[in-house]
Amino acid sequence: MRGRSGTGLLPPVILGLMLLPVAAGLAGTVMPAMGHLPAAGFSGFSLMPFAMLAETPGLGRAVGLSIWTGIAATALSLAITILIAAGWAGTRAFGRLERGLAPLLAVPHAAAAFGLAFLIAPSGWIARLVSPWLTGWTRPPDLLVLADPAGLALIAGLVIKEVPFLMLMLVAALPQANPAQRIRLARSLGYGPVRGWLRGVLPAIYPQIRLPIYAVLAYSMTAIDTALILGPTTPPTLSILILRWTAQPALDYRLVAAAGAMLQLGLVVGALALWRLAEIGYARLMVMRVCAGARGGHGAETALRALGGAVTALVSGILGGGLVTLALWSIAGPWGFPMPLPEALTGVTWARHAAHFGEASLNTAFVALTTTAIALVLALTLIETAPAGQRADRAGWLIYLPLIVPQISFLPGLQTALIGMGLGQGFTPVVMAHLVFVFPYVLLSLADPHAALDPRYDQMARSLRQGAWARLWRVRLPLLLRPMLTAAAVGMSVSVALYLPTLLAGGGRIATLTTEALALAAGGDRRAISVFALVQGAAALVPFVVAALGPAIIWRNRRDLRHG
Amino acid sequence: MDEPLILDDLAVFSGARRLLQLSLTVRPGQVVTVMGPSGSGKSSLLAAITGTLPAGMRATGQVLLGKMNLGALPPERRRIGILFQDDLLFPHLSVGGNLAFGLAQGGSRAERRARVDAALADIGLAGFADRDPATLSGGEKARVALMRTLLSEPCALLLDEPFAKLDQSLRAQVRQLVFDRARGLPVILVTHDPADADAAGGPVVTIGG
Repeated sequence: MRGRSGTGLLPPVILGLMLLPVAAGLAGTVMPAMGHLPAAGFSGFSLMPFAMLAETPGLGRAVGLSIWTGIAATALSLAITILIAAGWAGTRAFGRLERGLAPLLAVPHAAAAFGLAFLIAPSGWIARLVSPWLTGWTRPPDLLVLADPAGLALIAGLVIKEVPFLMLMLVAALPQANPAQRIRLARSLGYGPVRGWLRGVLPAIYPQIRLPIYAVLAYSMTAIDTALILGPTTPPTLSILILRWTAQPALDYRLVAAAGAMLQLGLVVGALALWRLAEIGYARLMVMRVCAGARGGHGAETALRALGGAVTALVSGILGGGLVTLALWSIAGPWGFPMPLPEALTGVTWARHAAHFGEASLNTAFVALTTTAIALVLALTLIETAPAGQRADRAGWLIYLPLIVPQISFLPGLQTALIGMGLGQGFTPVVMAHLVFVFPYVLLSLADPHAALDPRYDQMARSLRQGAWARLWRVRLPLLLRPMLTAAAVGMSVSVALYLPTLLAGGGRIATLTTEALALAAGGDRRAISVFALVQGAAALVPFVVAALGPAIIWRNRRDLRHG
Repeated sequence: MDEPLILDDLAVFSGARRLLQLSLTVRPGQVVTVMGPSGSGKSSLLAAITGTLPAGMRATGQVLLGKMNLGALPPERRRIGILFQDDLLFPHLSVGGNLAFGLAQGGSRAERRARVDAALADIGLAGFADRDPATLSGGEKARVALMRTLLSEPCALLLDEPFAKLDQSLRAQVRQLVFDRARGLPVILVTHDPADADAAGGPVVTIGG
């Protein structure tokens, strides 16, 4: 299909279709924020919604919390990612870490947050393991560890999920920087490996991970599910305030919610601008430091590497420990504090909720499979019809836009628009909303392997007199089977974990594993929550297992394709 | 068939820079060797003939097969076979699958299978149909790649340094096989190994440098 005429229009059309929901959603937010919501009897334009917003008690603190938790989580995640990569890239341990990334990444935000909560709560597993022999506690201590007013638990919950994401992005960008050669050069000039990496490799790959970092910043500032589970409550972060307003039956709250959503968008844009300024400042500083030529001591190198190793262990330990905690709770009989383990194990919780999570699993699978299939077809079409020599993911900003615009700023507006089109509930609007978030990830994971395909295979097929479709179906798609399955796994794990898009686009009627897990959060039934969080995690993980095993089985007699 | 391959004032440009320009007539059964240093545009010349120039490059002049102008045809309808330095056997197909992929359309499943088996026997690889190409030796891969191209019934054959990656002992053997099999076709061989040119025995054109 490449190079055929008449397909040049497709890429802008597909990109437009993908961005339309964001644009429509934003429009549907701007109008009520300006006081125009005819459906609720408000017309004309006024600043009343903003005035109402300003009067909200605790708004200032909510805004402050959003900014603080978002920037702190992003800075911490980036620092940890860089520390690990600088200390360990190129080693065997790092290779193992790379292979473990996909499953770590697959753990949905909600499951990770629940795991963390049950691990560090005053009555959590850690407290039980060290009580009473170390702490003397015979009852859960009266400590505000979860939902702490400073948002520390929320930051921790975000960091354990964003580090694997940033690490995956960094690992993908790494080969282009030719790190081994650069490090060798830096070391021959007298720099230690960590310093050599920071000064010689990082500047080359930072531009490639800039958009993912911005997506992490925007997401962390506006996270919904993690904040519902781990975040402070009085006041909560701004995004949770907005969510509460959208759920209010009184219609004027819609206006306040819209004004809040605009404020949220403004905060994100401001934070992004601030981050960009910090980037420039840091780059200047680094140039000065590099020019100074300081080599630093050997001790600092060793300390940084050790710290990187410790942080890796901590992050994966929290994620893994959280999952183990969930597993224990899901099969726990009576488990009084401070017993380190349940007094008895039982399958009763699983049995009790089987019908409930069974139905939610089916809905989750249906939405994830449909959305991912559509996203794959669209992404392949986009990549295949891109003009020769042009990368489909060149429009980087546009593709990342749905991941950077806060969900809470455009999804309520999109919901209003969908209701206006008679699509207020059901699977269709949910799939459409999921597509907005799944498509970018599928496209991004497919673009690199597609570009890396040796073009001579295609030329060879042409010289063997094979037409466009035969070359696509019999050459390129089989050769791309592994990356396509990986892209599908990424897309499905994204879809499985989506909370707000499912909730709003589905009109609250489509129960997925994620919406059900979050609905249980308020009730505090640890056993039920654990079951749902585990099934949610499994649903996100299974596609990765298929993506890993599928090619190994299909290509068991094809040595060159068996291993990635 | 049996038409000469004619390059009529063919010039290849990269952006505004002209890489090469030449006129050439290759008769059926003749091997013309094109020599030149790396970067002189040898591979681009072949890409211009097959119609697969990368973005940013273009060609002027004409490529003719007898009286038929190939310029307007897409690569897959030009009937120009090409062999590269690498065998480029499709790693997802069996050895037999690779040959069947090249085999011109037509015939029942059984007939096609029989033709593939016969072709394998012809190059001394009888019974190799179900093998994974990755398990073949370099010489075996080269033979399969050649046979795959011949089965597509090309009207001309282009050779892009196809012997460069074979070790010395194999090179002469494979080279002889290719030239023997390509008898009757116009052949253009691109190389920087003078021994290739000697073995080809035809005229030598030097470009660039």
